[in-house]
Amino acid sequence: MMLQVQGLRAGYGRIPILAGASFSVAQGEFVGILGHNGMGKTTLLKALMGYLPATAGSVTLEGRDITRLSPTARARLGLGYVPQGRQIFGALTVRENLRMGCLLSKRPEAETIEAVLALFPRLHRLLDRAGGALSGGEQQLLALARCLCGDPRLVLLDEPTEGIQPSINEEIVETLLALRRSRDITILLVEQKLDFIAALAQRILIIQKGAITRETTPEAVQDPALIAEFVGMAA
Amino acid sequence: MSLSSGTASFLAMLAIGLALLVGAPMVFDLFALLQVTVFVAMAVLALSQGFIWGYGGIMSFGQSAFFGLGGYTYAVVAMNAGDSTGAVLLAILLPTLFAALLGYFMFYGRISDAYVGVITLTVTIILFSVFNSTAGDAYTIGNAPLGGFNGMPAVPPLNIPGRPDLPLEPEQLWYASMGCLVLVYGLLRGILASRFGRVVVAIRENETRAQLLGYDTRLYKLLVFAIGGGIAGAAGCLFTNWGGFISPTVFSLATSAQVLIYVLVGGLGTLLGPILGAIAIQYLISLLGAQQVINANLVLGVILAAFVLLVPQGVVPVLRDALARLRPPSHPRAKPGNGLPDAAGVEAKP
Repeated sequence: MMLQVQGLRAGYGRIPILAGASFSVAQGEFVGILGHNGMGKTTLLKALMGYLPATAGSVTLEGRDITRLSPTARARLGLGYVPQGRQIFGALTVRENLRMGCLLSKRPEAETIEAVLALFPRLHRLLDRAGGALSGGEQQLLALARCLCGDPRLVLLDEPTEGIQPSINEEIVETLLALRRSRDITILLVEQKLDFIAALAQRILIIQKGAITRETTPEAVQDPALIAEFVGMAA
Repeated sequence: MSLSSGTASFLAMLAIGLALLVGAPMVFDLFALLQVTVFVAMAVLALSQGFIWGYGGIMSFGQSAFFGLGGYTYAVVAMNAGDSTGAVLLAILLPTLFAALLGYFMFYGRISDAYVGVITLTVTIILFSVFNSTAGDAYTIGNAPLGGFNGMPAVPPLNIPGRPDLPLEPEQLWYASMGCLVLVYGLLRGILASRFGRVVVAIRENETRAQLLGYDTRLYKLLVFAIGGGIAGAAGCLFTNWGGFISPTVFSLATSAQVLIYVLVGGLGTLLGPILGAIAIQYLISLLGAQQVINANLVLGVILAAFVLLVPQGVVPVLRDALARLRPPSHPRAKPGNGLPDAAGVEAKP
């Protein structure tokens, strides 16, 4: 099993958000997480990455307990994270951003970047441009590409389509599908856009009040009743 | 063969530095040469502050602590050994190690940025008090009395390495000081152009993002802080040589504040800015020192307030932006500043 989460509790200071989340993700799986706003989707990813300390429960990555490890240590074990809001280095060029991501890659830097750019052809012509000068969609592609430069085994993606134009959304879907075909990579995706998550995820977990309450299929997100009940939006 | 703008600007700065190194003794009389020698020593100190603050994002009020330690280390070792070679090396090494130790507790102790400022300021004040309390024979290290508030006079000057019988003349001290400035500038440009420099700038931008990619940001900040400490120590060594004297005033709040003003006036996130800021402010101080009408510290305070309110980026970034507006538009490459050396020796916006 790539990731095993058992009874995970975490929050901000004294405010608990995660109330014993439990689920697992198999190697090579693309799993989506859906839920109302404020149900703990982003908090779950932050806790998995180690930015929020777990107050209870455990997180296991490929059989190794990482519950108490720092974010840096988790990244070194193969956990990649593309946070909400892109978070690229705006003052560095696209090329420099990609080079920053190569620390954990075991391949030569140039080879790693070349392989990643093959998945993101749009970034080729932007290599010498400052990251801060890119559009929101291009920044999202860059954030994803930079994360892949570290050859992560499991990628946590937090709402990659937030505030992104539809054409880039399609490009992100195509890229992630190509990634699924070409690499031995596992993805845990938090997303609000139903068509996006349905196009990518093989399984969808519903999060309510800080716990995973239901598992469903991508086809089921076309059911308006289910979506209205568990996700709070129309399909 | 065409050069990148960064390489061309570095070579241009190097050429200007070497021209000043060689040309100044031909232009200035002895008094003026001594004046510009101390300006250059303070410019080295300003570079240390500019590096750790402008690029490393570490707000230190304690560069004067490393500056003073470098000066005192040089004085004590030179007075005991008679030869300045080991004294110079130790004047750089000891502040580097002290900065590394202090940095270890701060960065590995997860001290927040604001408290880093408080701690470094406190360390400076403690050193000021300690060295002020070293009057009397009890505070003599070998042949070197620390002298309390009165400081240490008659510090042996730099000599040709391994030849204590050949001390440097004022003109040669200029060569050594300016050579040190050029060397430190080149060293920092090299560091910032390297992978290490890219990570340092990225950490300044967002430490969390860098951690996400697997970087141990504490180690990078520690190294930046230690390098800054060593450079400040070298500046202290030059300063002590300039006057042949050092006293606890090097640890004073006024010195700490002065270094910050150099960087703010010249431009945070640049290497050229702190150098120009230090030279301009030191020149102003020397002018003000020749009159009795206005208090120099009052003028410095007004300058600081004016720059913070009116030109918060500092002179060099403002000039850079003005020049950029005159050029034909091109790709926004590294504008708004990648934090790495760029055109005209002018680098980043913080």
